[in-house]
Amino acid sequence: MKSQSIGQLALAAAAVAYLIGVYFASSPVWMGFTINALIIAVVAMSWNITGGFGGLSSFGHAALYGTGAYASAILQVKYGVNAWVGFAAGILAGAAMGAFIGALAFRYGLRGSYFALVTLAFAEVLRICASSFEFTGGGSGLQLKLAPGLANLQFADRTVVYTALLVVVAVVMILTALIKYSRFGAYLIAVRENEDAARALGIDTYRIKVQAMAISGAFGGLAGVLYLQLWLFIDSTVVYGSAISVEALIGPIIGGAGTVWGPLLGTLGLHLLGEGAKHLLPNAPGLNFVLYAVVLICALRFLPQGLVGLAGKFGAFTKKKEAEDA
Amino acid sequence: MLEVRNLSKSFGGLKAVTDASLDVQEGSIVGLLGPNGAGKTTCFTMIAGFTKADEGSVRFKGQDITGLPPHRICALGMIRTFQIVQPFAGLTVQENIAVGAYLHHHNRNEAMSVARDVGKRLGMGAMLDRPASSLTIAGRKRLELARALATGSKLLLLDEVMAGLIPSEITEIVGIIRQIRDEGHTFLMIEHVMQAVMSLAETAYVLNQGKMIAHGPPRELVRDPSVVEAYLGHGAAARLQEENHA
Repeated sequence: MKSQSIGQLALAAAAVAYLIGVYFASSPVWMGFTINALIIAVVAMSWNITGGFGGLSSFGHAALYGTGAYASAILQVKYGVNAWVGFAAGILAGAAMGAFIGALAFRYGLRGSYFALVTLAFAEVLRICASSFEFTGGGSGLQLKLAPGLANLQFADRTVVYTALLVVVAVVMILTALIKYSRFGAYLIAVRENEDAARALGIDTYRIKVQAMAISGAFGGLAGVLYLQLWLFIDSTVVYGSAISVEALIGPIIGGAGTVWGPLLGTLGLHLLGEGAKHLLPNAPGLNFVLYAVVLICALRFLPQGLVGLAGKFGAFTKKKEAEDA
Repeated sequence: MLEVRNLSKSFGGLKAVTDASLDVQEGSIVGLLGPNGAGKTTCFTMIAGFTKADEGSVRFKGQDITGLPPHRICALGMIRTFQIVQPFAGLTVQENIAVGAYLHHHNRNEAMSVARDVGKRLGMGAMLDRPASSLTIAGRKRLELARALATGSKLLLLDEVMAGLIPSEITEIVGIIRQIRDEGHTFLMIEHVMQAVMSLAETAYVLNQGKMIAHGPPRELVRDPSVVEAYLGHGAAARLQEENHA
């Protein structure tokens, strides 16, 4: 929890420059690719609330993502509900799923790898359920009717989609920053650092953890709804698959877990790396996943605080005011 | 302020604490003594709500708090510290203390400024921005105290805050505890450092094998044969007496 440094500002500035640069890119491929990365970045930010700030490493954030997407899709397809209502419902459904998983897991004091396994199990159970039941569309999934327009939250123009996503990402990051510097955030970090000490200091750790899961669920559900509105189609493998769970945690870990910028930086960096690998070696499908694994291992070994932590070592500002006070 | 009545706790077949009772008057410093394994920390964990007592009751400020979870007890104004210090290692000293201050100050700026004040009062002004993990043992013990104080608690249960400190550090922390007491706080402290107990505590309780065996001013306790035997073994008191007479 150091103050900002020049290195971190430079890193954030680079990300912003890239995101703005996409508007002027010669090929539309860049925008399409970045849109996908931004949706994943929102899942990563969702994971960052529990995994980064709370130290509650989930291995099943697809459970939250998929629940948001399915809740909105079912309402729209089966009940003809407006897309905006579905949007809100997806966020709420994600939050409810998060709170439910958290309430169960933390009631029985699960931590660390046990918590990770339970979340993974939840995501898998939901995936199987979604592919079996009729109201979730079974194996063929759910498809929204194509009806572009603001009222239906569907946009034909890529640039509009991209801009809207940037706004959503910015809002989620602002919310993350507000959480980080709030009482709730301090309590969540305290739970991560030392749960017994947190309890002694008057923190209801159970409640804090369940609340964190609910907030994380809201962000995860939001990401799921964004995916749905973009592609207008979901099935169980796409939204409840373990690939989402993996992407949710790999971005924050590489970018810097428990930081505001980490999930975005990590996700963008990884996707750029994977895309680059695809272009350089077009005949090796799946190579990007190998690269992810290598980068993840290196990050875990050499960058415990991720890119943000690494950048923090360059040009740290000294807190002048506090030095004078002391 | 605190009335503990007939607390008992068994772990499997082991009776860790049997029928332990004690009283703490407001504004006093009370010691809880006893050899290793006597059940002192178990007593603390039951009083502070970390483990459930099998039997007995705890009343704090006249209110029955038996079985309440730790965070509720802390909100009422009683807090424990840990024998093995438990800093939030990744946070700075000030942020550590602020976690305590958030209990009654929901705003970040307020909590941080309370944390700064408390830190300075405990002589940690120069360390506020340092990561807690960089503190020495003496610093970490002080941090435990600062965090507990920042919650605004009036009764502090200190679990061996002097253990592992060198004499000059003990003298400092004794001074700090006395100063905090004079500001209106009450202490119940587990302590092995007799120098500290002697100079701080008005009364003390002695626990041995889970039972309260003596209670009174520390100076009298050290002459009590049952206390001497608890520490030095059966018959030790008689042998000491003989040596003194010889």
